[in-house]
Amino acid sequence: MTASKTLHDLPPDFVFDPARASKLTTRHGHGGWLGIAYHQHGADWVELALPWRDELVGVAETGVLASGPIISLMDNATSMAVWTLAGRFVPHATLDLRVDYMRAAVPGKTVIGHGECYKLTRTISFIRGIAHDGDPEDPVAHVAGTFMATHGTYL
Amino acid sequence: MNLPELPPYATALGIELDHDEAGRPVLHMDYSERVAGRPGFLHGGAMSGLMEMAAIAALRAELERRGEPMQLKPVNVTVEFMRGGTEKRTYAMGTVTRAGRRVALINAECWQDDRAKPIALAQMKVLLSPAE
Repeated sequence: MTASKTLHDLPPDFVFDPARASKLTTRHGHGGWLGIAYHQHGADWVELALPWRDELVGVAETGVLASGPIISLMDNATSMAVWTLAGRFVPHATLDLRVDYMRAAVPGKTVIGHGECYKLTRTISFIRGIAHDGDPEDPVAHVAGTFMATHGTYL
Repeated sequence: MNLPELPPYATALGIELDHDEAGRPVLHMDYSERVAGRPGFLHGGAMSGLMEMAAIAALRAELERRGEPMQLKPVNVTVEFMRGGTEKRTYAMGTVTRAGRRVALINAECWQDDRAKPIALAQMKVLLSPAE
């Protein structure tokens, strides 16, 4: 694990552990710049945290975060949920993602992305999730989407 | 056309106005570590962010032509990823499909080398209300 720089360098027998794997995805690249960090996980879900900052606002009048950071957060959280459910890392590509914005995130509050994989087939994984800023019953956004395994299969 | 002002998120990612195409702003974003996803590829979230910025810029340009300053509130966005983005400059342009008095629908696409082969599409819905 110490020699792995990205998820693609993980040994083939690595049983996917989102807490350890996040260390690889949150240090570099877009996730690193956004400051996305591991929060917690279960059998088919992973939560990641996105610290709020002014730089991430997309519509100045409302303070609503740009969809980019929310999509990145949810793309990463739901990807990890897929690999957690599959039990291993499977290279995949995002096919589509829909984000519904329920309200603006409260400026200053960390946004939690709760990503869940609700169905795995050999090639396609189906995901959904919410982003909230403290109260899961009052989400900031709701997402749904699909991924496709690009090398190998999920099952 | 007056160039629409880009929000902090756009500036932070290095998103800039490339040129004006018949009243529609074309934006570009250079590849950097900040927008990197899996090794060698652009992160889908950064692509989505670029398309959202292009969609909002196209809508602001349209509303300005109409002379109706409006407050914008994003309702939702759907993104389709069709090709992996590589370590190159990425372009995006939004097209206002319908802008009524209360709701606007904008399509956006982004591409790299070949304009005819977009790497991703986005469709965004925005609630409009009169600016105070």
